[in-house]
Amino acid sequence: MALVELRNVSKIYQVGDEEIRALDDVTLDIENGEFISIIGPSGSGKSTLMHLLGCLDTPTHGTITLDGIQIQNATSMQLAAIRNRKIGFVFQSFNLLPKLNVAQNVEVPMIYAGVSSRERRERVMEALKRVGLENRAKHRPMQLSGGQQQRVAIARALINRPRIIFADEPTGNLDTHTGEAILNLFRELSQQGSTIVLVTHNPEIAAVTPRRIEIRDGKISINIDKRLAGLE
Amino acid sequence: MNIWATIIVGLKEIWSHKFRSALTMLGIVLGVASLVGMSALVKGMENGMREAMQAVGGIEKVSVIQQELPPAQSHLADQVVGITMADVEALKQNATLTKLITPEMNMGRGAVVSRGKKIYRPWNISGTWPNALEMNVHTIEYGRMFNEIDDDLARNVCVIGTEVRDQLFGSFEETGKEIIPIGENININGQLFTIIGMFTRYESEKQKKEREYQMANPSPERMGPQRRTGWGRGGPGGWAFMMKNSTIYMPLNTMWMKFRAASGTGGIPDPTLSTLNIRITSVEEMEAALQQARNVMMQTHFAMEDFDFRTQENWDENISKQVNNYRWSGGIIAAISLIVGGIGIMNIMFASITERIREIGVRKAIGATTFAIFVQILIESIVVAFIGGVLGLIASYGLVELFKILIPTDNEPVIMMSSMVIAFSFGVFVGLLAGLLPAVKAAKLDPIEALRYE
Repeated sequence: MALVELRNVSKIYQVGDEEIRALDDVTLDIENGEFISIIGPSGSGKSTLMHLLGCLDTPTHGTITLDGIQIQNATSMQLAAIRNRKIGFVFQSFNLLPKLNVAQNVEVPMIYAGVSSRERRERVMEALKRVGLENRAKHRPMQLSGGQQQRVAIARALINRPRIIFADEPTGNLDTHTGEAILNLFRELSQQGSTIVLVTHNPEIAAVTPRRIEIRDGKISINIDKRLAGLE
Repeated sequence: MNIWATIIVGLKEIWSHKFRSALTMLGIVLGVASLVGMSALVKGMENGMREAMQAVGGIEKVSVIQQELPPAQSHLADQVVGITMADVEALKQNATLTKLITPEMNMGRGAVVSRGKKIYRPWNISGTWPNALEMNVHTIEYGRMFNEIDDDLARNVCVIGTEVRDQLFGSFEETGKEIIPIGENININGQLFTIIGMFTRYESEKQKKEREYQMANPSPERMGPQRRTGWGRGGPGGWAFMMKNSTIYMPLNTMWMKFRAASGTGGIPDPTLSTLNIRITSVEEMEAALQQARNVMMQTHFAMEDFDFRTQENWDENISKQVNNYRWSGGIIAAISLIVGGIGIMNIMFASITERIREIGVRKAIGATTFAIFVQILIESIVVAFIGGVLGLIASYGLVELFKILIPTDNEPVIMMSSMVIAFSFGVFVGLLAGLLPAVKAAKLDPIEALRYE
């Protein structure tokens, strides 16, 4: 069984009298340990897909199974718990909490998970080491560069040892050089066994991942796996 | 979700908007302080009112007074016995719920005391027992009270109040020195008496403060002929102290033999007592004690009901009623100011969550439940109210000091623990209510839209 299974998933928004099919009958599997990019122009439905995969939203039709749990009928409290424990998010604009320092930012998901304070402290340092920011624990997000902020966000996404990480345009606000470093970090994490989904509109970034899914008008138009295709 | 961590987050949020939070708290601070200060003022007022009641003997003192026979017994009017020493003896032996009995024969308002050319009409000239000291809460400051021997021998000795001294010998204010007239002689209705004791000066807290204030800040001399300006000073109940100071006590037998001889029958001076005061053991047993005393006296009066009991219950009830009125009206006004403070908190919490929509979105995305967000906002609001409440309690001390400076002659305001507890918990409760609506609004935010919010 795949880590994530989408079966005939549709998401329909009602705007006035008009029905907008943001996602139209999408079926998709993501295996454990995969490194995938989802690519598509804006308005293609890739954000909607990511929101559904990330349990921020529920589908109108179809079923989604994440790590064996049915998502489509879950309550908001169950969704919150799944987001907390099984999913890590990395955003384009980092979305760190400005009033908390780096260590506290990384700590927040564990507070919601009810981890003891001693274990929290240990795991924060471990995660910061993993992204190379162990000596910045007491800094405020605003005192860090964009690349460093994104590393903090990645550390936060990793902290509850999620089954899958979603990164929404993680390099969008970074210069090419820093962006590359962040992509390398993702690659490293992937090699260490994390399941990672990159959402982007940039084909160059999408080229980094072994598997690439292209979305157009709410449907999957291209689904390439370089390894299966023998390209890598 | 860890409550303690949420409180820390709330404190940080408050700290990062110091000025805004301080303004928000001010509403609660003033509300709590005014609630505590108001109740301190009312308590001071209550103390002032109760003071006068204590001065005339307190609520345990009951006077047995003479009254007309009830209509059903009016044909027996020529046989009434009046209140006499027989009642005193009977009550002493049989009324077990009565702990003190003091007979009194009064001279009435016509009596005159004089010394040399000075003449004065005291409020009260009484022949009584030495235990009148305890009954009417008197304290001897100079000399001594007369004793049983003085009473047995019907000696011409008396104990006077300070007002009598002031009128016959001169007051401290006039002469600049405290005259102690022990051993001096005075005339009471034409008979020579030796002063053997003098009471302390009785005054209410308010009178004392007014006197001290007058000493420190003398008011301009009154123009025109010299005159007394009345007994209006000293607040409600000041008269009780004035009357007490204007008292002369002598032994009961002296009064009976030397002043009642003219109105007696069969060679015996009139034995009727003017008043008979009894002190009951406790207010809780008031009814039983009165019933017992009544039963005893119905025996000595041969079932003629020519007497009645007069208690201070009405006075006591009136004080309680008035104090309650003040407390409620003041309390409601202070509570309204607290609620206004709460509205301030609500306003700020709404502003605060609008500012932090994105933060709330992030928190939800990384696993905060609706409930966790709700609790976070609510706790922030409660923390503001809590800190405001603590500051308000501190401020209430300052407020009470301010009252004292503004009205130096009023009764000392008394800060009560109970009012502090009530004001503080009400303040925190208002904070909780004020946080509810913003917390619901924050908790209901859709994570996707909140994340997109710029």
